[in-house]
Amino acid sequence: MTDTRSTAKAEVPDTPAGRSRRPRGRPLLYTSYTQDMALLDTRAKKIWTGLLVLLALSLSVVLADRSLEVLAGAYVLAIGAIGLNIVTGYAGQVSLGHAFFVAIGAYTAAAVSGPRGGEHLGLGLAEIWIWLPAAGLVAALFGVLVAPLATRLRGLYLAVVTLGLVFLGEHVFKEWDHLTGGPGVGREAAVPQLFGLPLDQDGFATKEQQLYVLMLVLLIVFAVAARNLARSRIGRAFSAIRDRDIAAAVIGVPLTRYKVLAFGISSFYAGCAGGLFYSISGYVEPGSFSLLLSVQFIAMVLIGGVATVSGAIAGALFISLLQPITRSLPELLPIVSADTTVTPNVFQVETVLYGLLIILFLVFEPRGLFGIWIRVRTYWKSWPFSY
Amino acid sequence: MAVLTVEDVGLSFAGVRAIDGVSFEVGPTELFAVIGPNGAGKTSIFNVLSGVYRPQRGKVVFLETELLGRRPDEIAAMGLARTFQNVELFHNLTVLDNLMLGRHCHFGYGTLSAIAWFGRARRQELEARARIEDIIDFLELAAWRRHPVRLLPYGIQKRVELGRALAMEPRLLLLDEPVAGMNLEETEDMARFVLDIRDELGIPIVLVDHDMGLVMDLADRVLVLDFGRQVALGTPAEVQRDPKVIEAYLGGTA
Repeated sequence: MTDTRSTAKAEVPDTPAGRSRRPRGRPLLYTSYTQDMALLDTRAKKIWTGLLVLLALSLSVVLADRSLEVLAGAYVLAIGAIGLNIVTGYAGQVSLGHAFFVAIGAYTAAAVSGPRGGEHLGLGLAEIWIWLPAAGLVAALFGVLVAPLATRLRGLYLAVVTLGLVFLGEHVFKEWDHLTGGPGVGREAAVPQLFGLPLDQDGFATKEQQLYVLMLVLLIVFAVAARNLARSRIGRAFSAIRDRDIAAAVIGVPLTRYKVLAFGISSFYAGCAGGLFYSISGYVEPGSFSLLLSVQFIAMVLIGGVATVSGAIAGALFISLLQPITRSLPELLPIVSADTTVTPNVFQVETVLYGLLIILFLVFEPRGLFGIWIRVRTYWKSWPFSY
Repeated sequence: MAVLTVEDVGLSFAGVRAIDGVSFEVGPTELFAVIGPNGAGKTSIFNVLSGVYRPQRGKVVFLETELLGRRPDEIAAMGLARTFQNVELFHNLTVLDNLMLGRHCHFGYGTLSAIAWFGRARRQELEARARIEDIIDFLELAAWRRHPVRLLPYGIQKRVELGRALAMEPRLLLLDEPVAGMNLEETEDMARFVLDIRDELGIPIVLVDHDMGLVMDLADRVLVLDFGRQVALGTPAEVQRDPKVIEAYLGGTA
């Protein structure tokens, strides 16, 4: 007894609070606020997140190029979904205008990276570390300009106004040929070039493998940034505005500034996602930025889980992987056509499916895939006991 | 020197005079109570003080600064904290996050620092967390630290709301019916907290409540309102003897 006590005493000065290891099998025993406030606050979370990242990286070698392209697209959409979740999930400002900000990002990126003096507007700066922040910042600027509406309007009214943005954008992008190439024609998208190395051509690995790894790394960066934001004073202020705005103001949260910030950050994510997404296919068409795209993002957030970063990622993967399945419908069901001029066609089926999924999730699991995961986790925590 | 000076404040909503020429002062460690029948304008006074309502006339000076015309968040940053009659917590957040939100004004880091969670942001968050833990101890909230607030019993929610106001490190605390709807035991707990806040933390308090026993036992001075007008102002003993107060509460012969 005396021995252990004296060693314990001797250890105290050597181990500063927060560095000491946690005893095995006590995942919730925290001995410092650093441990308590960590993003991955249990050993299980650390191990599983590490394994998940390793798995995602190893997929680049295992999967066929076609599947890698789909997944790379899904990762980019996940960045966009995280962005929508910041403004709609955390800050509670319903936005149907996400497609508009994605478009701003896509065209800014394309214009910055496009060849100078070509058929379309271009500045000839193909480096990704130039056009990606540019795409984000220009979209964020538009977000900040739109945000003052959110300080005047709430809920449904805000949704309708942001919906107007999509229509406005659609019109401008269709008419502004020099930037967008016009409807049905389109233009070349941003070129993902990293330190002189064009990632959209086979180099170290195949084009798809390079793009896949790039998008995965960027998704991790954006996701960690969003998680950090969410646990900071800023994320807390967003949630406060969502839950009770008057009380938020009375405890010292300036409502206007934080709503503007939420729109700005969300649009930054959307802009980056827009720039990146079309660099995979290498082509942007102004018709892509319709209400359907906004609805897709909302579906990702609602199906994945409102106000969770991992939920937004799960939702984006779910919706993106749904697409290859619906696109193969015409082979299985001859009534469904792949031609957009025929009714019913695949795209209509997709839209209906998104709507249906949103309804089903809202009715049966409003917390989305994240909620299902929480239920599974708590079930296995107490298994085989039922409580 | 008074912490808060209210001078001849008048607030009306399209002809309804919610507050009509009310004046009072709150001293540096005073426990000041405002009472009156329903609709007397008690909560309206709080809303004026915290910047939610803008009165048409009058002056409100808090720590030698004029309050009228300022936004609620500016007033909060000056050190005026309040609780609400109906619990106004952030229902989806945990007790910890609600209390951390109380410290919003005390953080000094920006968006980029928050995103990187490095240096300033990290240091300040850890420091804030340690401060919050003191409040959790003080209000005996340890058992509910990680619970989402909406799942907590009403009495505990009231206590969390008091904690959120305390986390602001206020220089004046406004409590709007802190014991409304509480049972005897919860009321006594709350009374103990209110006294401790004044005596141990030295924070002056303005208290609104309908529990006359509580108000008369705790308050140093009492302001009585009726239909937005000032009926009486004095120590509990003086106020209780005042015929105009009895008339306002029980109905007069006139």
